[in-house]
Amino acid sequence: MSSVRVLVGTRKGAFILMSDGKRKDWTVSGPLFAGWEIYHMKGSPVDPNRLYASQSSSWSGQVVQRSDDGGATWNAVSNKFAYAGVPGTHQWYDGTPHPWEFKRVWHFEPSLTDADAVFAGVEDAALFKSPDGGATWEELKGLREHGTGPRWQPGAGGMCLHTVILDPSNADRIFIAISAAGAFRTDDGGKSWKPINKGLVSQYIPDPTAEVGHCVHHVAMHSSRPNVLFMQKHWDVMRSDDAGDNWHEVSGNLPTDFGFTIDVHAHEPETIFVVPIKSDAEHFVTDGKLRVFRSKTGGNEWEALEKGLPQKDCYVNVLRDAMAVDSLDKCGVYFGTSGGQVYTSPDAGDSWAPIVRDLPAVLSVEVQTLQ
Amino acid sequence: MTDAGATKGGPAIRVALPYHLRTLAKIESAEVRLEVAAPVTVRRVLDALEARYSMLGGTIREYGTGQRRAFMRIFACEEDWSHESMDAELPEPVAAGREPLLILGAIAGG
Repeated sequence: MSSVRVLVGTRKGAFILMSDGKRKDWTVSGPLFAGWEIYHMKGSPVDPNRLYASQSSSWSGQVVQRSDDGGATWNAVSNKFAYAGVPGTHQWYDGTPHPWEFKRVWHFEPSLTDADAVFAGVEDAALFKSPDGGATWEELKGLREHGTGPRWQPGAGGMCLHTVILDPSNADRIFIAISAAGAFRTDDGGKSWKPINKGLVSQYIPDPTAEVGHCVHHVAMHSSRPNVLFMQKHWDVMRSDDAGDNWHEVSGNLPTDFGFTIDVHAHEPETIFVVPIKSDAEHFVTDGKLRVFRSKTGGNEWEALEKGLPQKDCYVNVLRDAMAVDSLDKCGVYFGTSGGQVYTSPDAGDSWAPIVRDLPAVLSVEVQTLQ
Repeated sequence: MTDAGATKGGPAIRVALPYHLRTLAKIESAEVRLEVAAPVTVRRVLDALEARYSMLGGTIREYGTGQRRAFMRIFACEEDWSHESMDAELPEPVAAGREPLLILGAIAGG
């Protein structure tokens, strides 16, 4: 029988939530790495027992943990992320040049075909790859060196490479996104990169349609349609039908189009989910109501999903990597909040229930569908 | 309990680590004991520590620069050695293993 394993990263440790395919009764294990920030955990699609966790703290920096038994035991692997060559400078908040400095891993993306290969998106923005399960890391320097790097600038959360999407139909194609530089694509396995931000309009930057400088919060793709991308930008929900070459807005009737997370239904590539956040000044949901918005039309037409979610006095945020979907039938949707709740919907968003209510602030949620 | 220190010859240097780093390195004892050749310096102690516990690499001092991480502090014989040269010779009681070298997380943050 199928089961699901939900990997939750929080401000003060990691948690693993397990359930059978009904997704009604849950067991909670943790905290793992108690007291540390866990920006992200993710499992290999090739070997679901192979998990990676990004563990960090202001005191002791970055640690990378790996489990080979589905999270029962963990061992630290290499945390040596050295930029290739002389890393040069990007722009600081005030526009002055600032040297590239490694701070943390925001996102792990395990290879779709090799259990030992994994990508790491890091702050200050760069993409690293390990061919050996995290024993060594090497930067794919073509991204940072393709030419626009000196113009990249940190967002409020730092200059982080937070999104890595591997194209299941083309091993040479990778999409990444950086706050606040934008989205980028390689078509040659990471040797060369180009910005893919045409169509993005950001009123808060000097040139609203600049090639780079956009605060992309997250990008999502359905594996069956790798040329169709959905983006939650700082403001605006966007869509591309040509692998990021051109974007158009699909915010439609959302109550606000600011937000962080976005995801795609596992079986319906035109069904997408966002959690609108009031504004860049007020990072919580609107009107005290926690509502997921779902579009079954690939954007523009959105419906509020609120059954089982708090509809008064709720002021939480949902961060960019804190939503995930399982591949069961019906598709399960999961998200975690800054208030420490992890909610699940076993019916593609129609109804919701909390799995846990009182974890530390949730930074990331990933789910594995296990057979 | 994890063996915190069987050493060969010479006095064993005692090192006290903060809770989070003991947990990371799966050290169950309050201190670890390390064999460090004279002259005993912070750099040599950290070299020996990271050689035995590779997962501590980068957690006390930065990769690349080798500098102490900003929120990590180092004390010897009740004196703050955080700003001393990593190559300065540590006090004799630490080198002789009578006093521990204390590595602490700074009291910072909320």
